[in-house]
Amino acid sequence: MNGNRLVRYSLRTIVLVYLGLLIVWPVSLVAKNAFSEGIGTFIDALTEETTAYAFQLTLIVAVWAVVINTVFGILISILLVRYTFPGRRALSAFIDLPLSVSPVVVGLALLLAYGGTNGWFGPALEDSGIQVIYATPGIIMATAFVSLPLVIREIVPVLTEIGTEQEQAARSLGANAWQTFRRITIPAIRWALVYGVVLSLARSLGEFGAVKIVSGNIVGQTQTATLVVEEKYQNFEQTAAYASSFVLAAAAVLALIVVTLLRPGHEESASTAGVTAATTSVPTQKDPA
Amino acid sequence: MSIEIAGVSRRFGDFVALEDINLSVPTGQLTALLGPSGGGKSTLLRIIAGLENADSGTVEIEGTDATRLPARKRNVGFVFQHYAAFKHMTVARNVAFGLEIRKQSKKQVEERVREMLRLVHLEQFADRYPAQLSGGQRQRMALARALAIEPSVLLLDEPFGALDAKVRKELRDWLRRLHDDVHVTTVFVTHDQEEALEVADQIVVINQGRIEQIGTPDELYDQPASDFVLSFLGPVTTLGGRLVRPHDIEVTTAPVPDAVPGTVTRWTRIGYEVRLEVTPVAGGEPILVQLTRTEALHRGLGEGIGVWLRESSPVNGSAAPAAVLA
Amino acid sequence: MTSPTLTQVRRRGPRRRARAATALTPAAGVGLGIALIWFSILVLLPLSAVVITTTEGGWATFWETIRQPQTWAAIKLTVGEAVLVTLTNVVFGTMIAWVLVRDRFWGKRVLEVIIDIPFALPTIVAGLVLLALYGPNSPIGVDVANTRIAVYLALLFVTTPFVVRTVQPVLLELDPETEQAAQSLGASRFTTFRRILIPALAPAITAGAALSFARAISEYGSLVLLSGNLPMRTEVTSVRILTYIENGNMAAAASVASLLLLVALFAIVALDVISRRVARR
Repeated sequence: MNGNRLVRYSLRTIVLVYLGLLIVWPVSLVAKNAFSEGIGTFIDALTEETTAYAFQLTLIVAVWAVVINTVFGILISILLVRYTFPGRRALSAFIDLPLSVSPVVVGLALLLAYGGTNGWFGPALEDSGIQVIYATPGIIMATAFVSLPLVIREIVPVLTEIGTEQEQAARSLGANAWQTFRRITIPAIRWALVYGVVLSLARSLGEFGAVKIVSGNIVGQTQTATLVVEEKYQNFEQTAAYASSFVLAAAAVLALIVVTLLRPGHEESASTAGVTAATTSVPTQKDPA
Repeated sequence: MSIEIAGVSRRFGDFVALEDINLSVPTGQLTALLGPSGGGKSTLLRIIAGLENADSGTVEIEGTDATRLPARKRNVGFVFQHYAAFKHMTVARNVAFGLEIRKQSKKQVEERVREMLRLVHLEQFADRYPAQLSGGQRQRMALARALAIEPSVLLLDEPFGALDAKVRKELRDWLRRLHDDVHVTTVFVTHDQEEALEVADQIVVINQGRIEQIGTPDELYDQPASDFVLSFLGPVTTLGGRLVRPHDIEVTTAPVPDAVPGTVTRWTRIGYEVRLEVTPVAGGEPILVQLTRTEALHRGLGEGIGVWLRESSPVNGSAAPAAVLA
Repeated sequence: MTSPTLTQVRRRGPRRRARAATALTPAAGVGLGIALIWFSILVLLPLSAVVITTTEGGWATFWETIRQPQTWAAIKLTVGEAVLVTLTNVVFGTMIAWVLVRDRFWGKRVLEVIIDIPFALPTIVAGLVLLALYGPNSPIGVDVANTRIAVYLALLFVTTPFVVRTVQPVLLELDPETEQAAQSLGASRFTTFRRILIPALAPAITAGAALSFARAISEYGSLVLLSGNLPMRTEVTSVRILTYIENGNMAAAASVASLLLLVALFAIVALDVISRRVARR
């Protein structure tokens, strides 16, 4: 229908222009600005001592945070889906809390709890030789905090969907709890797990606000890659700021592409939803209201 | 004539869904569009409803040219295979929808909804949501919703396709009775020949975008216009290079002229019916033969016995074989 | 029972399987204990430290901090911009979701990736990215840096995926035949949109809006470079908290943080209520 086509084309155009101006164009400028003074300057900016250190620290922190979140995420997901216990619903709601809490509040919270001088547990921990705030453990905690729900949110729906039948079958065939977990549960959730891990990793590499507060932003010690971007920009080293940004942005986009390739296309899920039966009616699916 | 379709064609890219379709649907009758999946019958129904546009050709409904009319102005009732229930509305609101669009008074709407729900036996479910109904109930609701607007034609797209066998049978009988009461011109799409033979007044066989044959169930069964219609409407077997129905084969234990000699290689009894597989002496695929138990015993048939087969002339005007085979 | 459609199976599945969940075994109990301890160390204790620090200061300190002119201006700005951004997202997010589900064109899969970029991009980079197009060196000559428009842009950028990603799956499950059914019953395109599409999508849009609002309220990283953090003009709540922290005024920082926490909590409860109401239907 002509009316339909008109609506469809105008909506498509509006959406493409909107996303182009808001996301595509600005993001593509990062690449342009990063290489504006040539590839040499770009590499120099990244290999500069404090920047290189910051990226190294970021990577260590991200790996730790992802490992912690993965182990914890699998554990919590199985508990939430497979078991009933008092407070399950509350726990399931609270798990999502870190996604809605401001990174600045996260930083403040960790500072108040583990701050070296006047935090709740900080002084006691420092007496036993553990420094949390203004040190790597604090940065890892802040990063783990903000990316905590990502693995869980991916695994829970899949665990719910596959049900317990396969696990029960494995048990009836003589597998113990660990064997069942390793040979049945993990393979069943592996793509969701990979997806969650990639998302966590992307989030962990890029955390800024919470890390800024708990790290103290000490150059060459607790300064992470995102903090480098801020500092360089404010010191009018724009190209250096864009160079680091480019690496971070590339990592993020790469993560997204990996995830998109892993996740089955939406078209497939549409056809499995049993929307239409005959092949002839497939083209009508795109008809708008 | 209630619906007149002239020269309708439709392509999806390279795929020809319909090619030069000409069809008249008689007023007040129940017409089935029968054919294999992907044959174009659903597309034709959607073109009648205005949910799809023909590339060429015209559609006339009740004497008005509807070719360029959008779906909402055609006053047709359409029932979808997967019900297309409005999930956020109760059963009563679903049925009321079309009437509210037509700005009928509250009282009128209420009365009509109650009447419709009584018709489809869903009175006690008026305040339920579609998710709380079974598939069969949902499809009855969809039917009530389509009938509520007093459509000039009622179109059903594989209406029972998503239901299980038992419910499908019940709804089929019920649709036939409903049609005898309401008498609205009805066209329904199906790929199930039994459903078409049992319910329809007129059957249109569609295959690969073309009409193969139009006729009453008896005409189609007894005088198929092509091998396709013959084989689509019931079981067939090859006898002497020709397609015939297994129950239209005469079996004798003594030679007769023009008969194919063979040996009974398999004997299966299903209730009152006996199915034989006869391997021709000349070799080739076994020939399927159906006959009643009495007849088989009377002729002294059994595995290993030599027989002669020839086509018996079908009993004209009798629908009995259809019922037996169905 | 008759055979339900696949969508139903999917919806009913989890509920039926929920009964398959068992009471805690001893091993699972230990697991739960460990999980809860870690969750408390990481999340619950620190967040309660914020709340308790606030209550220690008392209601008067809390109120005084909130009503301090610069802070109050920041709160007003943040809430106002968050509302604007959320409204924009409701309109454009629904549109984007519709295009992603119902439209077909070359490169749609690329669009799927683009939608998620704001989720994955580090917030500080997001700010820098916007600065590149809408800052002093803008190639199109539009410089909104250090203005309220910059705040709006930054918040819009980081919240774009929320409504899209909540509406998309619902729209995908929504049978186009319901819209066709409405049309065959005589409904115009607008009526179909208003009475069929919008009610079906409303819970998802609301959920996306809640997420988008919560995120906008708490945003920090993308604003640092872009908004200039001008007191009384472009300074948002998160920046106020940071200033209080840097000045060592933990009680005031905790007060404003508690306010943000409250909003986050409210958003979560609202979401839970909405999703439960939808599941019931």
